[in-house]
Amino acid sequence: MEVGKVKRVAGPLVQAVGLKASMYDLVLVGEEGLMSEVIGISGNKHIIQVYEDTGGVRPGEPVKETGAPLVAQLGPGILTQIYDGIQRPLPKLAEMSGDFISRGLFVDGIDHKKKWEFKPVVKKGDVVKPGQSIGEVQEQLLINHKIMVPPRTKGGAIKEIYGGNFTVDETVAVLEDGTKLTMMHKWPVRQARPVTEKLAPTIPLRTGQRVVDGFFSLAKGGTAAIPGGFGTGKTVMQQTLSKWADVDIVIYVGCGERGNEMADLLHEFPELQDPRTGRPLMERSIVYANTSNMPVAAREASIYTGMTTAEYYRDMGYDCLMTADSTSRWAEAMREMGSRLEEMPGEEGYPAYLGARLADFYERAGRAEVLNGGQGSVSIVGAVSPAGGDFTEPVTQNTLRMVKVFWALDSKLTQRRHFPSINWLDSYSLYDQILEPWFVENVSPDWNKNKRRAMNILQENAELEEIVMLVGSDALPEDQQITLEVARMIINFWLAQSAFHPVDTFCPYKKQFDLLEAILKYRDYAFDAVQKGISVAQITSVPSKDALAKVRLEAEYEPILAKVLAQMDAEFKALK
Amino acid sequence: MTKEYKTITEISGPLVFVEKTEPVGYMELVEIRTGGDLKRGQVLDSSDEIVVIQVFEGTGGLSKESAISFTGDVIKMPLSPNIVGRVLSGSGKPRDGGPEIVPEVLRDIAGAAINPASREKPRAFIQTGISTIDGTNTLVRGQKLPIFSGAGLPHNDLALQIARQAKALGEAESFAVIFCAMGITNEEAQHFLADFERTGALERAVVFLNLADDPAVERILTPRLGLTTAEYLAFDLDMHVLIIYTDMTNYCESLRQMGAAREEVPGRRGYPGYMYTDLAIQYERAGIIKGRKGSITQFPILTMPGDDITHPIPDLSGYITEGQILISRELHRKGIYPPVDIRPSLSRLMNSGIGKGHTREDHRAVSDQLYAYYAEGNDLRGLAAIVGKEALSERDKLVLEFADKFEKRFVNQGRDEDRSIFDTLQIGWDLLADLPEAMLTRIDDKFIKQYHPKYASAAKK
Ligand SMILES: Nc1ncnc2c1ncn2[C@@H]1O[C@H](COP(=O)(O)OP(=O)(O)OP(=O)(O)O)[C@@H](O)[C@H]1O
Ligand SMILES: [Mg+2]
Repeated sequence: MEVGKVKRVAGPLVQAVGLKASMYDLVLVGEEGLMSEVIGISGNKHIIQVYEDTGGVRPGEPVKETGAPLVAQLGPGILTQIYDGIQRPLPKLAEMSGDFISRGLFVDGIDHKKKWEFKPVVKKGDVVKPGQSIGEVQEQLLINHKIMVPPRTKGGAIKEIYGGNFTVDETVAVLEDGTKLTMMHKWPVRQARPVTEKLAPTIPLRTGQRVVDGFFSLAKGGTAAIPGGFGTGKTVMQQTLSKWADVDIVIYVGCGERGNEMADLLHEFPELQDPRTGRPLMERSIVYANTSNMPVAAREASIYTGMTTAEYYRDMGYDCLMTADSTSRWAEAMREMGSRLEEMPGEEGYPAYLGARLADFYERAGRAEVLNGGQGSVSIVGAVSPAGGDFTEPVTQNTLRMVKVFWALDSKLTQRRHFPSINWLDSYSLYDQILEPWFVENVSPDWNKNKRRAMNILQENAELEEIVMLVGSDALPEDQQITLEVARMIINFWLAQSAFHPVDTFCPYKKQFDLLEAILKYRDYAFDAVQKGISVAQITSVPSKDALAKVRLEAEYEPILAKVLAQMDAEFKALK
Repeated sequence: MTKEYKTITEISGPLVFVEKTEPVGYMELVEIRTGGDLKRGQVLDSSDEIVVIQVFEGTGGLSKESAISFTGDVIKMPLSPNIVGRVLSGSGKPRDGGPEIVPEVLRDIAGAAINPASREKPRAFIQTGISTIDGTNTLVRGQKLPIFSGAGLPHNDLALQIARQAKALGEAESFAVIFCAMGITNEEAQHFLADFERTGALERAVVFLNLADDPAVERILTPRLGLTTAEYLAFDLDMHVLIIYTDMTNYCESLRQMGAAREEVPGRRGYPGYMYTDLAIQYERAGIIKGRKGSITQFPILTMPGDDITHPIPDLSGYITEGQILISRELHRKGIYPPVDIRPSLSRLMNSGIGKGHTREDHRAVSDQLYAYYAEGNDLRGLAAIVGKEALSERDKLVLEFADKFEKRFVNQGRDEDRSIFDTLQIGWDLLADLPEAMLTRIDDKFIKQYHPKYASAAKK
C-alpha cells in the first residue's frame, strides 16, 4: 500500500500527495492514523475528508492507504449496539479513551472474539447462491440471525460446513472453488445491497399513533418525511415510532443531533418492552449516535452505515424501520464539505447533487423479495429540520419529491401543546388507497368511511373557523356550531396523543377505530337533536361528551366506552 | 527557543498569511510579536506554502516586520481550583489585577465530544423560583436552556435572578457560576458584577469579560475558555456548574466576520455554513457524565435581531439546545416581569425532571392544562378585538379571562420573589379553579380530587 503525505489541512479537509487510492477509499491520516475517506482526486492531489478532529495535524505527516472503501462489518453482534457514524461501538471507545472521545481509535463494528453457535441449514453438496442462508445464529432471544453467502460473490457447491461455536473470523463453510465463508462479511456502505425484486407496499406499518395510522399511514417498506421547526416534535415522534412500530428491527440514526437525547434513548430502550413480544426494545435495536458536536464527515457517513445494516437485516427476511434524525444535518454536512471543496454551490449553498443524494437514500427503502427467498422490508422515516421552519427550503423540497408520506409539523399546534403537532390539513399519505383493503379486511369495514368522515369534518371546520374569526361562533347556524364542536372533539380526544402517557403512548387499531366511531356517534346524535330543535348549549353540555375525552387514557377501555355510549344514548333521549 | 518568522505576505482583516514555514499543525497556537506587544492567534489553514492565522487580539499594529512563532501546541487553558472567584478577560488573562493562574492542569480549549454512551440522562429538578420556568418549562441539571430575547428587554435581570435563586431541592452541594460576556457593554457587565458582589456570588464565580470595545475575534475564544473551565470544575472538582453566556448573537457576528475574511461561501444571511456545527460544539458541552458527581447546565442569552425567531442565530440555537425561554416585548410593555411568553417557550427535559419523586405527580397535567387555555385565550383576544367581547360564548369569555389572570398572577412576579414549586402549582390550580371542572380535560380525575382547591379545602375541613 502506498504512503502519501499531507499537503494541506483546513478543518475536516486534508489534501495529500503520493497516493494511488480510489474515490471513496478509506485512508488513515497523520501520525495518529485518523480515519478518513477520499472524496476527490485532482491532478496529483487526493482530497480527503477526515472522520475525526484534525487539530494539530501538519503538512508532511503520512497518509496510509487501506485499499478499501468505508465498509460496515455485517455479522452477529450488531443488535443492541450503539455506534458512531462509522460503526465504531461507542461503549468500546469509552473503554479505550474514557468519557470524551479521543482520536485515532480503530475498533471493529462487531466483536471478533465472541463465539456464536452456528447451526448449518445446508449440507455438503448443496449449491448455494449469493444471498442464500447457509446457517443460523440465535443473536437475540427472538432474533434468528441468518448467515448468508455475501451478495455479489459467486456462490457454488458446499464442500465443507461445520456446526458449533465460532468467532466471526473463523471459517464455517468452504465452497467447491475453495472460497471460505465466515459469519461476517463486509459491505461498502455507499452501495445499496441487491434484492431479487421490489414489491408493492400493501401492508401498513402499525405505529400505534392515531394521527399516523388513522389518517396518514405508512406502509411497510415505505418512506415518510417529518419536517418541522425546532421543538415541534420530530425526535419524540421518531422515538415513539421506534418504540411501538410493528417491525422486527429498528435502526435509529441520531445524525447531528443532541447527546442528551441519545442518553435518554439509551436509558429507556433497555427498560421498555416491545409490545409484540414483551422483550426489551434494545434487543431489536441498533443505534447510531453521531451527535452534532462529533465530526461532520462521520455524520455524513452515518446515514449510509445505518442504511447498510438495515438492508442486511432486511436480507434475512425481517421488517426493518430506519429513522434518521435529522436528514437536514446530513445535508448540512454535505454542504459543509462541499463548500470547503470550493464546489459551485446550488440553492442556499447546498451542493448541486443534494437532490440526487436524497433520492439515492430514499430509494434504498422498500419491501422486497430478498436473495434468500423470503420477504423483508426497510421503511424510512426521515426528520427534516428546515431553517426558520420554512418548508420551501431545498432539503424539505427535495425530500418531498422522494417520499410518499408527509407529516407536516405545525408550530402553531406545538404552541398549543397539541401533540403530535402533525397538521391534519397539510399532511398526506400516498399509500392511502393501496392500504385501504388491508384495513377493511383486518380492522373494520368502516375504517375508511370513518376516516373520510372525520377528515371532511376537519376540512369544514377549517372553513368555518375563518368565518368565526370575523363574526364569532354564535352567529353561525346551529348545525355548523355542532360541526365546530365535533371537530374540536376529533382534535382533542382523538388526534392529540401524548407520547409520555403510559397508556395513551400506544393505541391499537381497534381502539383507534372505536374511539373515532364514538365521536362520530356523538355527531349523529347531535345532528338529530338539532333537527328536533334542541339548543346547541344543551347538546354540547351532555356530560357523556366530556367523559369520552378520557377513554383513550384507559388500557381496558372497552367496558368504559360502552358505559359512556350508553350514557350518551340516555342523555340524548332525555334532551327536550 | 522556537524559531521566529518574518514572512508575513498579507494582512487582511483579522487574518495573517505567512509564507515558507516549518510544518505547522492545524489549530496550532501562534504568537505574534511587534515591538513589545504580544498577540496570539490560531492556525486556520496549513499547507506547505502558506499558513493562515486568525489573530485574536486584532491585527491593528501588525506589519510585515512582525515576528511569528509557532508554539507547536493547540491553545490550552491553565486551570486550578484558585480560578474560582477570578475575573478574566475574554481571552483568559487576569482582568481583576490578580496574578496569572498558576496551572495545575492545562486543557485543550477545543474540548473533545462527550461520548454519548457515557452521558447520564439529566433528571434532577432545579428550582429557579420563577413560575414560568419551574411550572411550565422546568429546568433540569445538565440542560442547555437559552433565553431568546430582544434588545432592551430584561433578560439580564432574569438571568441574574436565576443565578441567585437556582437550587436543587433538599440538597446542599458545591456549585459554581461561570459568566462569559461577549461583546456586551461595560454598563451591562457592571450590572452583572455588582449583583454578583452584592449577593456574594462572586466568591464562587469565574467571570470572563469580552466587552463591546474588545476585539471581536477574541469572542470566538471566550465561550471555549468558559466551557473548558466549566468541565474542569464539574468533572475534576465535582461541582455543579451553571454557565451563563451573553450575548451569543455577538459571538455569531464574530463567526460571520471571520467567514467573510476567509472569503467562504456564506450560508443563510451571510453566516457561515458550519455555524450549526460550531454552535453545537459549544452547547453540547453541557451535561452529566455517568459516575461523575458534577454537572454543567448552560444558560446562553441571545438577542434576536429584529425580534425575529427565524433569524439564523436563534433558529440554529433552538435546533441544538434543549428548549428555550422566550422573552416577549408585548408582555414587557404590559409591565409584566419576567415577560416570559410560555407559548413559544419549551423545556425538552422537563418530563424527566418533574412528577412523582421530583416535583409533584400532578405537575405535567397542570402545566398542559395551563398551556392549553392560555394559548386559546390568546387566540380569543384577536377574535374579541374584532367581534367584541360580548359576542363571545360563555365558555370563550371564561378562557379569555383566564389568559389575563394567568399573565397577572402566574407569569408576573417580583424580581426578588423566590417561589417554591409548590407555590407555583398552587397558583396554577387557583387559576384553573375559576373554570368549570368539566373543562379540565387534560387532568386525570384523581388529581382533580386531590389538588383542585374545591376538594382540597373540603378535605382540610
Ligand atoms: N407526541 C408528543 N407527546 C407529548 N409531548 C410531545 C410530543 N411530541 C413532542 N412533544 C414535546 O415537544 C418537545 C419537543 O419535541 P422534539 O424534541 O421531538 O422536537 P424536535 O422537532 O425534534 O426539535 P429539534 O428540531 O430542535 O430537535 C418535547 O420535548 C416534548 O415536550
Ligand atoms: Mg429533535
